[in-house]
Amino acid sequence: MPSFKDVFEKYDWEALKADIYNKKAADVERALAKTNRDLEDFKALISPAADNYLEEMARQSKQDTLQRFGNTIQMYAPLYLSNECQNICTYCGFSLGNKLPRKTLNPIEIDKEVEAIKKMGFEHVLLVTGEANKMVGVPYFKKVLEQIRTQFANVSMEVQPLDEADYHELIPYGLHAVLVYQETYHQADYAKHHPKGKKSNFLYRLETPDRLGRAGVHKMGLGVLIGLEDWRVDSFFVALHLRYLEQTYWRTKYSISFPRLRPFSGGLEPKVEMTDRQLVQQITAYRLLNKDVELSLSTREAMKFRDHVFQLGITSMSAGSKTNPGGYAVAPESLEQFEISDERSPQEIAQLIKSKGYEPVWKDWDTALEYVTK
Amino acid sequence: MKNLKIANKLFNSRLILGSGKFSNPGLMSAAITASATELVTVALKRVNLGSEQDDMLEAVGSVDLLPNTSGVRTAREAVFAAEMAREALGTNWLKLEIHPDPKYLLPDPVETLMATIELAKKGFVVMPYVHADPVLCKRLEEAGAACVMPLGAPIGSNKGLKTLDFLQIIIEQSQVPVVVDAGIGAPSHAAQAMEMGADAVLVNTAIAVSGDPEKMAQAFKMAVEAGRMAYESKLGAIADQAQASSPLTSFIDA
Repeated sequence: MPSFKDVFEKYDWEALKADIYNKKAADVERALAKTNRDLEDFKALISPAADNYLEEMARQSKQDTLQRFGNTIQMYAPLYLSNECQNICTYCGFSLGNKLPRKTLNPIEIDKEVEAIKKMGFEHVLLVTGEANKMVGVPYFKKVLEQIRTQFANVSMEVQPLDEADYHELIPYGLHAVLVYQETYHQADYAKHHPKGKKSNFLYRLETPDRLGRAGVHKMGLGVLIGLEDWRVDSFFVALHLRYLEQTYWRTKYSISFPRLRPFSGGLEPKVEMTDRQLVQQITAYRLLNKDVELSLSTREAMKFRDHVFQLGITSMSAGSKTNPGGYAVAPESLEQFEISDERSPQEIAQLIKSKGYEPVWKDWDTALEYVTK
Repeated sequence: MKNLKIANKLFNSRLILGSGKFSNPGLMSAAITASATELVTVALKRVNLGSEQDDMLEAVGSVDLLPNTSGVRTAREAVFAAEMAREALGTNWLKLEIHPDPKYLLPDPVETLMATIELAKKGFVVMPYVHADPVLCKRLEEAGAACVMPLGAPIGSNKGLKTLDFLQIIIEQSQVPVVVDAGIGAPSHAAQAMEMGADAVLVNTAIAVSGDPEKMAQAFKMAVEAGRMAYESKLGAIADQAQASSPLTSFIDA
């Protein structure tokens, strides 16, 4: 059975890092002159040497994105179902050790949240939870999917990694996409940030996309949490992972997110800062490597930055997000997973998108396209 | 110019438009008008099948709708989606797209043939999107497809008629209309397809993502008409060298 683990183990973090930092202007120029780029080109594009070429990278990224995705931006909203969590993650507001009231939405509360999200115009929803397998496991997810799948055109999930059999079980309930971020591909550092809970198993998480691919999910999302480790090396691993997955599970669509560590009450300071300029470099480098991958921008990022950067390679955006269970209607004042930066309403964001000559797309899937047996 | 006939329907225009990628419904509407198209494909995934009011459908206006199944990966999903579309949109016309590969959006020949057989039996006017594969096109014709829609190049690539030699075979052999779909990136590509004898072309990205979609739609309209007129007037043969001005065999009758 193919596994990304076999690919991953061929790489050494430090050697890769040296390789990326040694890239020269000539390597960047060669990468920019090509139309089909490989991972060596990608290294050059995320290297410090590429900083001088940011304008050209942005220009090409914008053009490629327009051609492939048109003048459109897909809109989605997260729906936090639960903040219960058995893991300790040093950077997360829901971490086991944090003293906060724990909450898992019941069906009546979910209805209220769904109504509020629908009222804002959303047709694509992302379900989010911590990891508490007893209370918020496969039976709970099934019930939620059954309850909401007719209300939305498209349902995605960002929850704990599951077994392949679990994904097989959930997909027929209308689960379209699953997002699982590796957080960091630096194994030793991963161990430091995830000292307790099922999440401390680095390899189980690393092989989650393989399990999803075998289960035949329509789309999966990759990414790392930026701020834990050197972003250049981590984004190389994301690109490597993407290449492997595209070749292995060719029926699946892929998306990448690039969350930067955000403050939360009692939280960890980022070890590595990524500037706005560097985030633009990373986004455009992904696009220059891969013309088809979806790139998603969340409300973690600041207004002014989002206003501009969404035109440089992004294909989907969230708006009006609440990162606490019940945040839209049930319990707006409860503690969030992290503070969002862009607090504008979805309608304001849609207006902004239109003002730049793009169409905000609320619906880009239909339940009619999935022959659902459940 | 002769009319185009698909199933039992006559069309004045030989240009079919796709409705994705436009920056707003108003621009799309203007492009549709300028192109003089009479058939517009709409992705099921973009429209609200259940609701009365839909921006996308409103923008298409009174032009005939051609729902497409973009997003399905198997024949079974396609048939299910087609039935939903027929019920919700009130048309039995269908652009059958089954591309399980989300990267290049290349059509699956096996699933497409299976779905065509079933949908034709169920009374759909099936317009299948396929690779430029002459044998597959004949098989689809036998299965009851109303036309075939071979690609010039991958969807959205604007690369033109990369499959030219195979398109020529398909056009020569086909007893149903041949609509060249995907890859047409410039009016000259459209004209080339029409000069070759394609019955129609489908264009989306080249219009929607251009600097002025309305003007570009008009440019495509003119190119399609020019290409068709040239085809109907029988193009002269291409010669590698100049023809001798004094015929070589004129002595016979002299």
